[in-house]
Amino acid sequence: MSAEMITTYAAALCLFVGSGFILVGVIGLLKFNDPMTRLHAPTKVGTIGIGMLLLASILHSFSLGSSSMHELLIMGFLFVTAPISANFIAKVSIHRKACETPPEPPRDDTWSTLNQPEGDAIAPEAPDAVPEKL
Amino acid sequence: MARAFYWLLPHPLLTLLLAAVWILLQNEFSAGMAVFGLILGVIIPWGTSIWWPDTPKSIRIGKMARYSVIVLWDIIVANIQVAWIVLSVPNAKLKPAWIVVPLELVQPEAITVLAGTITLTPGTVSADLSDEGHSLLVHVLHTDDPDAVRDEIKTRYEARLKEIFS
Repeated sequence: MSAEMITTYAAALCLFVGSGFILVGVIGLLKFNDPMTRLHAPTKVGTIGIGMLLLASILHSFSLGSSSMHELLIMGFLFVTAPISANFIAKVSIHRKACETPPEPPRDDTWSTLNQPEGDAIAPEAPDAVPEKL
Repeated sequence: MARAFYWLLPHPLLTLLLAAVWILLQNEFSAGMAVFGLILGVIIPWGTSIWWPDTPKSIRIGKMARYSVIVLWDIIVANIQVAWIVLSVPNAKLKPAWIVVPLELVQPEAITVLAGTITLTPGTVSADLSDEGHSLLVHVLHTDDPDAVRDEIKTRYEARLKEIFS
């Protein structure tokens, strides 16, 4: 078996494993019934599912004789940005009380998402949609 | 001399990182690309340095590399665990939980890396920070023992980050 065959089969295996993990992530997204637990499935797929697909892409480019390293950058950027979007979704669901309210932090007053500045207790009235006539 | 060095290169590691990213973006290596990457690596940190008030001066690269390997391994292992939970545990038996992790880290950069690590390792998502930054709120997908998860985060990740950012 030539080296080219081996890398092709390895790439196929990576594609298979990667798409399997993505499938599991989609199942999780559909199956769970609460925003916070739903959040878990897709954020995980972003790591290993996409990682395996990109690894397949690297292997395939090597089997074609032209090395490509763009995939490393894609993986790096995904790993840096995925936690931030997950964090924002979590913050929104805490803020809208869409999930169980978290326990109080031991040393500080409250969580920063629930922190309400003094004098902000009453939400300001929404400005009138119709402007006053001059 | 040292002052001139830090004036020109406020973040030497960022310079190297930017040069590496530039070379990777080109997808082929040549001396010209490397030089241009280094030029960008000097200009960008220099131009943006006023927005980086107090960055940690010393990061231990060797320990950071070991930490990355540990985290990558944990991502693979825990992905399989979460996949198994998704497929095998019915919704009614799922035990999600909030965990409060008291933080010993103080640098914002270190806390950011810890929160990112917690989110990337499957089964846990870092959700919020307390208003003065002394605790981290973590959501766990399925656990029987929330305290054990908290202790694992503290010993496995936070202790190592403390050494890296000391």
